[in-house]
Amino acid sequence: MEFPRIEPLGEAAWLVRFADRLDPAANHAAIAFRAALEADPLDDVEETASSLASVLVRVGGNAAKVERALRIRLGQTDWDQAPIEGRRRWSIPCAFGGEAGPQLGEAAEMAGLSPDQAVEEIAATPVDVLALGFAPGMPYLGFLPEYWDLPRQTGLTPKVPKGALVVAVRQFVLFDVEAPTGWRQIGRTRFPCFDPARDPAVALRPGDEVRFDPVADLDWIAGHMGGAVVEAVP
Amino acid sequence: MIVLRSCGPLVTHQGDGHPGHMGDGLSRAGFADVRARQEAAALLGVAPEEVGALETPGSPLEIACEEAVTLAFVGAPMEVAAEGRPVPWHASRRVGAGEVLRFRPLGQGVYSYIAAIGLTGPDGTDSAHLTAGIGRALESGDRLSVEDRAQPPERRLTAAPDRFGGGVLRCVPTPQTSLFGDEVARFEAVSFTRDRRGNRQGIRLDGEGGFATEKQLTLLSDFVLTGDVQMTGDGVPYILGPECQTTGGYPRIAHVIAADQPRAFQAPPGAPLSFRFVSLEDARAARPRSPGVEPLVRDPRDIPDLGRYQLIDGITDGRGDEGRS
Repeated sequence: MEFPRIEPLGEAAWLVRFADRLDPAANHAAIAFRAALEADPLDDVEETASSLASVLVRVGGNAAKVERALRIRLGQTDWDQAPIEGRRRWSIPCAFGGEAGPQLGEAAEMAGLSPDQAVEEIAATPVDVLALGFAPGMPYLGFLPEYWDLPRQTGLTPKVPKGALVVAVRQFVLFDVEAPTGWRQIGRTRFPCFDPARDPAVALRPGDEVRFDPVADLDWIAGHMGGAVVEAVP
Repeated sequence: MIVLRSCGPLVTHQGDGHPGHMGDGLSRAGFADVRARQEAAALLGVAPEEVGALETPGSPLEIACEEAVTLAFVGAPMEVAAEGRPVPWHASRRVGAGEVLRFRPLGQGVYSYIAAIGLTGPDGTDSAHLTAGIGRALESGDRLSVEDRAQPPERRLTAAPDRFGGGVLRCVPTPQTSLFGDEVARFEAVSFTRDRRGNRQGIRLDGEGGFATEKQLTLLSDFVLTGDVQMTGDGVPYILGPECQTTGGYPRIAHVIAADQPRAFQAPPGAPLSFRFVSLEDARAARPRSPGVEPLVRDPRDIPDLGRYQLIDGITDGRGDEGRS
């Protein structure tokens, strides 16, 4: 099927879809296209958002007019290649293995690595925020190398704690709430993705770069951002 | 100030919600029954954005008003008593300073609203989103402020709404509807009932058999909307509510149009619900008209202490808003 594609979502929104499977180029296009819609908004658009491979455009007026404007905007550039402005680079302390990451050994073995190799590789490889979702501010991060294409567990882990770093399908998710999950927990951070009392309440943005810094023990982590450091990407 | 003298579980402040944050993973919240917000606005003579409310999912309440205020009672009907005397629902009421009101559920619908102009949550908060950790459930002793302005006269809805017992929900297809193949026709034919399990995140439906698709587990996570009918891995349908997740990997067989979402979320456990697909054009044209209101004439014998009320302002032409439109 032909991409990008514009599909109705409900009666008052459009979905601009750049792929129907996980694809780094499509994710880049979605983030860049959404950023362009935010920087130079279309008439009658109430809200935009990007996910792993698509952009939501919520309409507050004439839906057909918005669809035409979206088609024109889509044709203006190659969104796979368009630069993403305002990216930031985060370094987030993370404890791996043990109580902080009870499934590190299992996940590493499925990826064909020893636990130490896995942690070393993760520490050396920055990942991008692909999308925010599930709960407010919670990032999907990727893409990891092909051998991290781990299936989700068939049985859910009844509960991972706030701060859990979990892995599946070439991605990490950093949980900001206690929740059941089919992804495997390999580490834990003290990074608060969402805090309604903070401005902005959501820390990460799609397109930001994140590196997880191995620490032996979270007890040493101080500061309201869980020890994270952020800088602009030049 | 409105003081909560007693308050059952899961009563929250609701207003406009938190629009514009889908990209952050935050659904809108706000009134579960958005039609009730329009009704409250019509009764109070203001725009919906100016209305705040206590939303109760059938929990009993007792409130006291420290100064005179006009309250609108909308959504799922409750039994209201003002110092022992019954008070009409689907209507607004000028409540005198010091007056105490008691609210009890009647088993119709789910969400009831006690609304006022500029009503805010505790400490000025707006539109609790308990799933996201924004705001909190209200408790006995909480004090809610209302806007200090001239209060409107008493009105009632010209027609009592009938969305509190389930019924047919109009819906449009989603990008995944075609994955269900022949199951879509069965989905439209089945009469579901609203399960006991349900909250502001979503309501579970009981029906005959599951509705599975082969692609169930391999879909890329994508946006979900309030009103989507999502099938879980075992094929059980849920209608997603105002505090739903913003993205999900389960397929959605249909999307309940905005005009019919109030009927969906007001269906009490056990109520029948079924689905009928309509075209996008029909869905977009289905926007309901502004609720009609008319002056409420109270029998003076129902007013225990006339001296507590201002009786001369707020005179209308007697035709109500409907006569002007």
